[in-house]
Amino acid sequence: MKLVVAIIKPFKLDEVRQALTEIGVHGMTVTEVKGYGRQKGHTEIYRGAEYVVNFLPKLRIEIAVASDLADKAVEVITSSARTGQIGDGKIFVTPIDHALRIRTGETDTDAL
Amino acid sequence: MGAHWCRAAKLAAPIGLATIFLSATPAFAETSQISPADTAWMIVATALVLMMTIPGLALFYSGMVRKKNVLATMAQSLAAVTIISILWVAFGYSLVFVGDGPWLGTLDRGFLAGMTMDSVNPAAKTIPESLFMLYQMTFAIITVALVAGSVADRMRFSAYLMFSILWFMFVYVPLAHWVWGGGFLGAAGVIDFAGGLVVHLSAGAGGLVAAKVMGRRLGYGVENLSPFDLSLAVMGTGLLWVGWFGFNGGSALAANSRAVMAIIATHLAACAGALTWGAIEWSTQRKPSVLGMISGAVAGLGTITPASGFVTPWQAVVIGVIAGLVCYWACTWLKRRFNYDDSLDVFGVHGVGGMTGVLLAGVFATASIGGTSGLIEGNPRQLLIQFYGVAVTFAWSAAITYVLLKLVSAFVPLRVSKAHEMEGLDISQHGEALQ
Repeated sequence: MKLVVAIIKPFKLDEVRQALTEIGVHGMTVTEVKGYGRQKGHTEIYRGAEYVVNFLPKLRIEIAVASDLADKAVEVITSSARTGQIGDGKIFVTPIDHALRIRTGETDTDAL
Repeated sequence: MGAHWCRAAKLAAPIGLATIFLSATPAFAETSQISPADTAWMIVATALVLMMTIPGLALFYSGMVRKKNVLATMAQSLAAVTIISILWVAFGYSLVFVGDGPWLGTLDRGFLAGMTMDSVNPAAKTIPESLFMLYQMTFAIITVALVAGSVADRMRFSAYLMFSILWFMFVYVPLAHWVWGGGFLGAAGVIDFAGGLVVHLSAGAGGLVAAKVMGRRLGYGVENLSPFDLSLAVMGTGLLWVGWFGFNGGSALAANSRAVMAIIATHLAACAGALTWGAIEWSTQRKPSVLGMISGAVAGLGTITPASGFVTPWQAVVIGVIAGLVCYWACTWLKRRFNYDDSLDVFGVHGVGGMTGVLLAGVFATASIGGTSGLIEGNPRQLLIQFYGVAVTFAWSAAITYVLLKLVSAFVPLRVSKAHEMEGLDISQHGEALQ
C-alpha cells in the first residue's frame, strides 16, 4: 500500500478527482494549505503599503492505494493537475505500514 | 338627477375636509410651526446617520484591521454610540446648541430640562426640538468613533473610553458650538454645511496626534499587516455612502430642494472620488484595488460634506476628483514622509478631505444654492474665512487631543502590552475571538 500526497493548484481539484475516480480510486482527503516553492509569493498593496505574501494557497490531497495502483495514480494526477506554469505543485509517495477501516475493523487493502 | 347628486357629494367631501382644516389651522399655528414633512424627513435622516456608525463605520474599520482585532474595532464604534448618546443628552446638546455665547452655550437644557412636546430650537424651527437634538447627537457619535481608526490594533479599551469621553467634552462640544451653535467661527462667516470642520477635520487632526503619541503598530513596515476582510469594508462603505444622504441632506434641517441638492452633490462627489483613486492606482500600480475605490468614495464623501448645500452638481464632481487626488497623496506620500502610523487613515481621508472640502466650499459656494458666494462668484474673502476656520479647528483639535492623551496616560497606559498586541485586542480586551 502507498500513500500518495499531492500539492496542487486549488482550481485543479475537480479535474484531479475525476481522473482518479476513473482509474478506480474511490476516496481522498483534501486539506487547504499554504506554502511556497519555486513560485515564491506575490505582492499585495494596501493604500500604498506593500506586503510580500510568501505563502500561497494550495490544496493538499491524500489518497491511499494498493501498491500496484500507485504509479497509475501518480500519472493521472500529474496529467490532470498540470498547467505548465510555475506553481503546479508536487507529488510525494510513501509506503503505508498498516490500514484499518474503523466501522468494520477490515485491515490493509480491504480497508482502502 | 341621480348622477348630479353623486357629483355633488364627491365635491362636498373635499370641501368639508378643507373647511375643517382651514378652521383648525390658525389655532394650530399659534402653538407651533412644526412641519410634518420636515419632521418625517429628519426622523429618517437621523436613522441614516446613526446607521453610519453602527454598522457602517464599524464594518468599514473592522474590515481593514487584522482578524485578531476585528471585534475590538467594532467595540470602539459601539462604545461611541452608547457613551456619547448619554453625554449628549446630559450636557452636550445644551452646551452646543442652547445659548449663543461666542465660546460655549449654556446648561439650560442639561438632561433636556425644559424641552417640551412643542419646543423648537431656533436653528430648526419646523421640527421638534427633541428631533433636532437627536439628529445632532448622531453627528457627535460618529465624530468620536472616527478618531479611533488612527490608533486601531493597539489602544487599550479602558484608555479609549476615557479618551473618548474627554475628547467629546473638550474637542467636539466647543467646536460644534463655535461653528454651528452661534459661536465665534459661525459668526465670522465660516461655512460648514454638514461638518467638514466639526466632524472630519476635528476627527482627522485628533487622529493624527493620537497616532503620533501612541506610536506605530508592532511590525509596522516589517510585517504583513494586510486587512482581514475587505468585503466587510465594502459593505461598511455602502452603508456610510447611503447614510451620508442623511448626513448632508439632513443638514438642510428640512425636506426642501436644498436637501436634495446636497444629496446630489454628495453622491456625485463619492462617485468621482472612487473613480479618481482607482484611476491613480491603475496607472501607477497597474491594478485598481477595491480598497482604493472605497477609500476614494469615502474621501469624496468627507470632502463634499462642508460644501454640499452650497455648490452645484458639476462642482461636486470637481470636488470629488480633487478629493481623490489629495487624499491619495496624503495616505501614501505624506504618511510615508512623516512616518506616522495612522492605521486606517483617519487623517489622510477625513482630516485632509474635510480640510480640502472646507476650502473648496470657499471657492465654489454658489449664492443661488446656499445663499453664500465663494471665490468663483467674486468673493475671495470667503476663502480667507474658510482658511481661518481650518486653522482654528486643526490647532484646537490637535492641541487638546495631545493634552487629553497625556492626561489619560497618567491614569492608565494608552497602549496594550506587547504580548497583548501580538495576541490581538479581541481576546486581550474583550475575551472573545473570531474563529
